[in-house]
Amino acid sequence: MKKNRLWRPVVAVASLAAAAAALSGCSGFGASTGNAGSKVTITFLVQNDQATTTRAKQLIAGFEKKNPDITVKLDTQPAGTQGDNLMKTKLSTKTMDNVFYYNSGSLFQALNPKTSMVDLSDESWVKDLDKNFKQVVSVDGKVYGAPLGTSFAGGILYNKAIYNKLGLSIPTTWDEFIANSKKIAASDPGVTPILQSYGDTWTSQLLVLGDFANINKQDPNWADNYTNNKGDAKYVNEPAFEGFQHTADIHTSGLVNKDFASMTNAQAMDALATGKAAQYPMLTASIATVQQDNADKVNDIGVFAIPATTAADTSLTLWEPNGVYIASTTTGDKLAAAKKFVAFLNSPDGCEIQNTTGAVAGPYVDSVCKAPSDAPALVADIQKYIDDDKASPALEFLSPIKGPNLETILIGVGSGTTSPQVGAQQYDQDVKAQAQQLGIKGW
Amino acid sequence: MSAPTAAARRPFTVRRFARKYLLGAVAILVSIVVFLVPFVFVLLQASKNPREAGLMQFALPAQSQFWRNFAEVIQTNNFQLLAAFINSIALTVVSVAIMVVFSAMVGYLLQRRRSRLNPVVNFFVLAGLIAPPAVVPTIWVLQRLGIFDTLPGMILIEATFGLSFAILLFRAFVATIPRELDEAAIIDGAGAMRLFFGVILPLLRPVIVTVIVVQAVAVFNDFTGPLYFLPGSDNPTVQLTLYNFQSQSVSQNNLLFMNILLITIPPLIMYIFFNRQIVAGMTSGAVKG
Amino acid sequence: MTTAVAGVEPARHANAPRTPRKGRGGIRGLYPSWFYIPAGVLYLLFFALPTFSSFYFALTRWTLFDQQFIGLGNFVQFFQTPALTQGFINTFIYGFVTSAAKVVLGLALALLLTTSIFGRGYLRAVVFFPVLVSTVGVGLTFKALLDPFHGVVNSVLGALHLPQPGWYTDPHLALLTVAGVDIWKGVGIATLIFMAGIVAIPQEYFEAARVDGASAWKVFRSVTLPLVRPAMATVIILSLIGGLRSFDLIWAMTNGGPGFSSDVIASVIYKQYQAGFFGLSTAGNVILFIVVTAIMVPVQWLLTRREAEL
Repeated sequence: MKKNRLWRPVVAVASLAAAAAALSGCSGFGASTGNAGSKVTITFLVQNDQATTTRAKQLIAGFEKKNPDITVKLDTQPAGTQGDNLMKTKLSTKTMDNVFYYNSGSLFQALNPKTSMVDLSDESWVKDLDKNFKQVVSVDGKVYGAPLGTSFAGGILYNKAIYNKLGLSIPTTWDEFIANSKKIAASDPGVTPILQSYGDTWTSQLLVLGDFANINKQDPNWADNYTNNKGDAKYVNEPAFEGFQHTADIHTSGLVNKDFASMTNAQAMDALATGKAAQYPMLTASIATVQQDNADKVNDIGVFAIPATTAADTSLTLWEPNGVYIASTTTGDKLAAAKKFVAFLNSPDGCEIQNTTGAVAGPYVDSVCKAPSDAPALVADIQKYIDDDKASPALEFLSPIKGPNLETILIGVGSGTTSPQVGAQQYDQDVKAQAQQLGIKGW
Repeated sequence: MSAPTAAARRPFTVRRFARKYLLGAVAILVSIVVFLVPFVFVLLQASKNPREAGLMQFALPAQSQFWRNFAEVIQTNNFQLLAAFINSIALTVVSVAIMVVFSAMVGYLLQRRRSRLNPVVNFFVLAGLIAPPAVVPTIWVLQRLGIFDTLPGMILIEATFGLSFAILLFRAFVATIPRELDEAAIIDGAGAMRLFFGVILPLLRPVIVTVIVVQAVAVFNDFTGPLYFLPGSDNPTVQLTLYNFQSQSVSQNNLLFMNILLITIPPLIMYIFFNRQIVAGMTSGAVKG
Repeated sequence: MTTAVAGVEPARHANAPRTPRKGRGGIRGLYPSWFYIPAGVLYLLFFALPTFSSFYFALTRWTLFDQQFIGLGNFVQFFQTPALTQGFINTFIYGFVTSAAKVVLGLALALLLTTSIFGRGYLRAVVFFPVLVSTVGVGLTFKALLDPFHGVVNSVLGALHLPQPGWYTDPHLALLTVAGVDIWKGVGIATLIFMAGIVAIPQEYFEAARVDGASAWKVFRSVTLPLVRPAMATVIILSLIGGLRSFDLIWAMTNGGPGFSSDVIASVIYKQYQAGFFGLSTAGNVILFIVVTAIMVPVQWLLTRREAEL
């Protein structure tokens, strides 16, 4: 029964720790941040992927240079749905950073802006905003956010070299798109006509979400009716059913890659850039992957709108950039400093930094900012649709309701295990559950 | 297991040789396929460039950039990983220490003293394993105590979340310590404290090591806890650094795998160290077979 | 507590086996109730209070910013979740398969690694290695290794002219594939607990059995197995609860897919939580809690009753 040496340090450390914890628990207030002199410190929260943090750091450096009496401290947190919940938790427990970066549109609405954020309607930069963007960061006519980054589009990314070689023209109807794809398949069996990448489940939604501009063109009231459960604005009915049908079509016609079930977004972008595949329904924001991995091929990739049944309806679906907001817990000197910081982001200096650090995947939504001349070629493709008035924001900017199971359901449809009709039905049910949880009237 | 044990007592026979070396060799071969191939994959990914790593293939990189990736991961966010190592290690050591002592006391009492309280305590232990922690109300409690977003607060949370698991193990293993020892200690005039800390706890060494190893890994690898209860960037923990390299639009799998590799090293060192403790415990009781 | 004196009220001691006959404190003083207090305070403050108070939110529509009492509406809606039956079946399959495999493999490995086998130190390290790797890393690694077209596993199978299954992309195989990876990742803990249990067995028992000329199988059946039972009970309880509640690896590998084919109850709840349905997911958690408790209380009773009989 020798006493061994193991437990003694264990006990010692434990009692010390318990004492330390108890002490710090009692002392409560902790370190009060004494503001030496007139120097103000504010915090800025962004998602912690490298591209976002790099840009944020550069912006902070630029801002601090111009405002030496203000210090901005960068905080980071995960993105994605995990991040959505974290945002809500921080706002509802009043522990949010002074300034934070987050989605616009329905996700912004879910943060309860009226009580959790500062009204920025009277700031000078508001007049420069694009009207579509202003709408997606506003509640009851009050603006709460400034843009950071560019808008982007969801459509068919395509390899221009392959299109040129085969003499194909941009399809404006779904039938033309399928015909093009068949020509590609016939010309070279080594080239995949259409890519799908269910290895990253979110990518399955493009043919439905990216089809919204076409729906909107056919029925401008669709989004309102959908939100209010009015009329036949359901996914089982046309025109919205189209997206489910298309997702099934490309699978049954055998035009997609064999490894669609496991391919990831990065692998698909690689195949598209290197000419192993010709077309990929995707967000233009994914061009950042090509800039990193196949920089010399960036301008080989273009984008066109997901074709509707008739050419007149075909239009491009746009995603608005994320916004920068100020938490309502920010007051006094910190509020003034935070407002200055937000204003800086969309000043000429701020835009310059945005251009050099962030991936440009579409036009800016602020008239002060201009895309650089060396922006990826697909930015010009997007601009053309906007200039021709053949573009509209995605559904998530016009309605708070998006069923959480869309990507799962569409993988079933796109793999042939669920018929498009059943898939659309399942999704309508999912939408209903979401609307009820949000407490929206009429459901 | 088919070799007769009688043979094992003789110093060196063909069977004993076969058992020791052939079985060992077979086990090592199997382990290479089952356990080392995934590990090698992690190593390969960590030495690729972003494009190759994004393709996720089991192939050698065209040109290894292991050290470049290493440097890049270390330097990300002003050496955040190093700060995270320090925080995570402090968090792990202290919370596991609290957990071990507190739950050993409960497990010991549960096993030794049969009372009407036992079923209630047993239920709470089980409930602690089954019920998922509630995030927002826990934050309220921490805020009320003034320890939200502090390392001490996080330590207490981790210690609490690990209690049930540790109590279960201690309760099971106290049963293997004969009660005669308690009696002998009492006859020697020991009190409750000396009996527990001086007699019982040292005998629980194999379990203590087990609890330390398993719970240290659990705390060190906990992701959601620090995410919600320690959100400020002043106190990063290692699991949160993984998120630096995961983004929807840009794949940085090479750096992600390098990060995975690096944050696996401290628990590995800890395990190798404590593994010796287990072996020591075994040799002091003489090895079977 | 200290008033109890040795020798009083034999009836009270009847169910406490082998009461010390002598000594100052008697059984009560020997095993003081305050040993419960430190752990109890932590548990009540940081676990019981928040968790059980959160169960109230199961009855509300809760967005974190405001809540509205809706009675049992969340429970009704939870039972209408698509593919919920499949989720329950999957939960049981996953829980029982992973738990059974961890018990059997863990015990076998522990037996192997407590003998004087060649390369024991290496083998112990390597079996435990997966436990150390984060779930995200394990998920990504196995998705790549088991990739139906580019993965190394199917390349080897192809070279051997064996069938190449779709693994996690095949709706019929996805759940079992994840369960297999879960076993790979978790068997190290079971092994460690079994090893601690085997080491704790007094060496005299093995000596005695050998003197009697018992075969290895006999030693295992009549010495190791009964004496390792407390460890086995622990492994069963921990791995079964873990398996029934687990979703993190499922989430990392398949997100419950393809379709809903590898969804378990915990992943359904997690999806609802991610969608911001906090009241609904709390209701789901209450249901899962009841289901798992209903399974575990009898299991625990059975296992610990046997332990007491020892």
